[in-house]
Amino acid sequence: MGGKRILEVKDLQTYFFTRRGTVKAVDGVSFGIDRGETLGLVGESGCGKSMTCLSILRLVPQPAGRIVGGQILLEGDDLLRKSDREMREIRGKKISMILQDPMTSLNPVYPIGDQVGEPLRFHQRLDRKSAAARVLEMLRQVRIPSPEVRVREYPHQMSGGMRQRIVGAMALTCRPELLIADEPTTALDVTIQAQFLKLLKEMQRDFNLSLIVVTHDFGIVAKICDRVAVMYAGKIVELAGIRALFNRPRHPYTMALMNSVPKMERKVNRLTSISGQPPDLKELPPGCSFAPRCSLAMDICRKEYPPVSTAGEGHTLTCWLAREDAAGG
Amino acid sequence: MVKFLAFFRNAPFFPLAVLAAFVFLGVFGEWIAPHDPVEGSLMDSLTPPFWEAGGKWKYPLGTDSLGRDILSRIMGGAGISLQIGILVVFVAGLMGTLLACLAGYLGGAVDTVIMRVVDLVMSIPYLVLAIVLAAILGASVYNIIIILGAVIWTYYCRVLRSEVLRLRESDFVRLAVVGGCSKGKIMLVHIFPNIVNTLVVIATLNLGTVIIAESSLSFLGLGVPPPSPAWGSMVADGRDYVGQAWWVSFWPGLAIFLVVMSFNLVGDWLRVRLDPKFRQMAGGS
Amino acid sequence: MPPVGEILLEAKNLTKHFPVNRGLLFSRSVGAVRAVDGIHFTIRRGETFGLVGESGCGKTTTSRLILLLERITRGTILFQGRNIETLAGPELQGYRRRVQAVFQDPYSSLSPRMRVGTIIAEPIRANRAAPEEAVPDRVGKALEVVGLPRDRADHYPHEFSGGQRQRIAIARALAVEPQLIILDEPVSALDVSIRAQVMNLLREVQEEFGLTYLLIAHDLAVVKHMSHRIGVMYLGKLVENAESEELYQHPFHPYTQALYSAALPSHPDIQREEIVLPGDVPSPLHPPPGCRFHTRCPQARPLCSEEEPPLRDVAGGHEVACHQ
Repeated sequence: MGGKRILEVKDLQTYFFTRRGTVKAVDGVSFGIDRGETLGLVGESGCGKSMTCLSILRLVPQPAGRIVGGQILLEGDDLLRKSDREMREIRGKKISMILQDPMTSLNPVYPIGDQVGEPLRFHQRLDRKSAAARVLEMLRQVRIPSPEVRVREYPHQMSGGMRQRIVGAMALTCRPELLIADEPTTALDVTIQAQFLKLLKEMQRDFNLSLIVVTHDFGIVAKICDRVAVMYAGKIVELAGIRALFNRPRHPYTMALMNSVPKMERKVNRLTSISGQPPDLKELPPGCSFAPRCSLAMDICRKEYPPVSTAGEGHTLTCWLAREDAAGG
Repeated sequence: MVKFLAFFRNAPFFPLAVLAAFVFLGVFGEWIAPHDPVEGSLMDSLTPPFWEAGGKWKYPLGTDSLGRDILSRIMGGAGISLQIGILVVFVAGLMGTLLACLAGYLGGAVDTVIMRVVDLVMSIPYLVLAIVLAAILGASVYNIIIILGAVIWTYYCRVLRSEVLRLRESDFVRLAVVGGCSKGKIMLVHIFPNIVNTLVVIATLNLGTVIIAESSLSFLGLGVPPPSPAWGSMVADGRDYVGQAWWVSFWPGLAIFLVVMSFNLVGDWLRVRLDPKFRQMAGGS
Repeated sequence: MPPVGEILLEAKNLTKHFPVNRGLLFSRSVGAVRAVDGIHFTIRRGETFGLVGESGCGKTTTSRLILLLERITRGTILFQGRNIETLAGPELQGYRRRVQAVFQDPYSSLSPRMRVGTIIAEPIRANRAAPEEAVPDRVGKALEVVGLPRDRADHYPHEFSGGQRQRIAIARALAVEPQLIILDEPVSALDVSIRAQVMNLLREVQEEFGLTYLLIAHDLAVVKHMSHRIGVMYLGKLVENAESEELYQHPFHPYTQALYSAALPSHPDIQREEIVLPGDVPSPLHPPPGCRFHTRCPQARPLCSEEEPPLRDVAGGHEVACHQ
């Protein structure tokens, strides 16, 4: 793992302006990722993890959505200040993304060879022949058997696992520095998921790739991440190295979430469930957004949003309890 | 009431206004027409519209060869187009929906038979069929409805059948089977209410088609018999005078155009408005 | 978990082949997708039997056969000793009353244009499970059991969240007072924190009403948490069947071993022996001869490609279909 910070997100705010109110999808998110590191973004639906990634790539759906504040520094360069043309150079070449459903990521009417070659032809201006050679090489790297035959095939002729690997090949052909994977294995079977995660780690090693993995599954985090950020209602509530998080989660939401998942290794009679519903992002309560559902909520939690506290090396969270602990000694 | 009006929030205003006028004239046209749509005065035959030389305020849009006021005829004829339109859509829609449900849900031999009949009817140009049927049944308003209905139901059947097929595979229908519901009950309670939206959109678009069809038949003399002021017949009447008395064919033609286009625009808007995807965003869930 | 009772459902040599037809005008059968191919298992009253396996293994087809949504090609399913294929008329109604289902997608499980109360009451009315006067009360009780207020019965499904809709689906299954409920991925479409709520609810209800569940899920941790016994399916065959903790501790079949090794850990320090299966799942149109798994099995021997291993009891209730 290199010490060089490749991406720094500072106070990112992405809002959606609708007739019914302003949805604060991403509300002041800050984190960084080093070269070769894997960061997990964990949370439930609506927490803002996918929108954070779309914001990094400046693919926020318009006109309703807009990045209204913050900085996204790619090796020191603020992406929010770049023009559309400059962003197009960056997407696919410096930062790449893979999504959940491989079937909709691939165009059903083009052979996969063309699709994998497309970023090469666009970014590196390669002609068809050289691109074809690189495509074969890429397919071999993602362990597609008999790539010479496969390049002419169409997406529907392949299994789900193979399709996802092809999507991975597409994302990595131009050797980006950062790959964002949004729920990459949710649509895959258990054994195929294992294969794919293994492949991701190998690619990361081979290309010194930084990886942001968006997921709701702590299992994926445990398997492949180095650090993890837990998100709730548009904000990061806890950020830590994975061992610190799994050994001693500090934020009540993190704790509740981890306890609500059944674990194979240990039998429990009743799972912890979090009462209530996730908040409406148009009308967030004053104070901590999790307070209405938090079993440990105090008065101040309902009044003021807690500041960031430190709970150890590289372990931060936003919770009044942590504040109390720190103050109490 | 508020909810009802809210439904029309982004509706296309002009087409809806045209349709509202059309319906109004359809119902009340005969009574508020300034002159008798059927009887004319030969003295005033072929009077041009009021802004041309020789025109009179008395006949704002001019008169036809029998001296009948075009404006009044258009107002009177609206009722015919409306009546035929609604009845055809109703009959064809009913038949098409029923057969689509049976074909789509029951499948097998029922489906094959019904769809082959649909294919057969659709492969014959409707005008040919209409001519044959008109020769057998004679020309009258009710015969037109039968003729057009017998041809147009196939369109409903085909489109709605694919909706039914889709619904048949949905979870709630399967669960209704698991719950013990009979086939008939499922078709009535689960399938039909969920195809109503599509049916309404198709019917709206179809109204325009029916009006054109009726006009074509009337134009050919197979439609509503004279002296009825059916718009198609009016266009036909003016066929021989297009050079000197353009207004005889023009105004009814314009009326047909405006009404049909308005149905198309409103139908398109309805299709988007009633799409469940959009309904969740615009509605209240 | 509560003790289990006598056999409620028994599948014997259960087989379902879907014919594949070619030709536009006169279709001929060119083969069959052997979705379920001769499986045996029993489910006892009061237990939760989990069925796991990856896509195409036949678990969903099995559930459809039990629900009489598909016709059985060969073999039988006995419910309380009666062959379900022979049921008709009032006996069929009786079966439908006793066997209900909850499916994966809460958004498509409820008829969008019906009120929730009517949706819940439907199986009661269709099966004449209660006189009409008693229906509103049953509906109200069902809603209460799943934790929803009685007065929401006249609302429409789109007024509820995903988790609530799944509860309504469960209420509908419960309202008719069934004995067996087929749960097909009941929580995988829900948010993580809602899953716990629904899983807890299902377990409470099972205890309170002595229900039997057939649980189908791809998440091994969920299946293990909720099931007494687990059956592992691969390409239409049942390859292993054991009590859930026993299966976790001692998986015998190589596929089961691979499946459990691929499952995600709950802590970064948990290491599992990595068994990565080569290749893809073969097509159910042309399954491999002999043991279906032999093409990808790390422990395959020559015998495996010739002879199909029968499902045998190898350790007190632990059944495996393997030549090892």
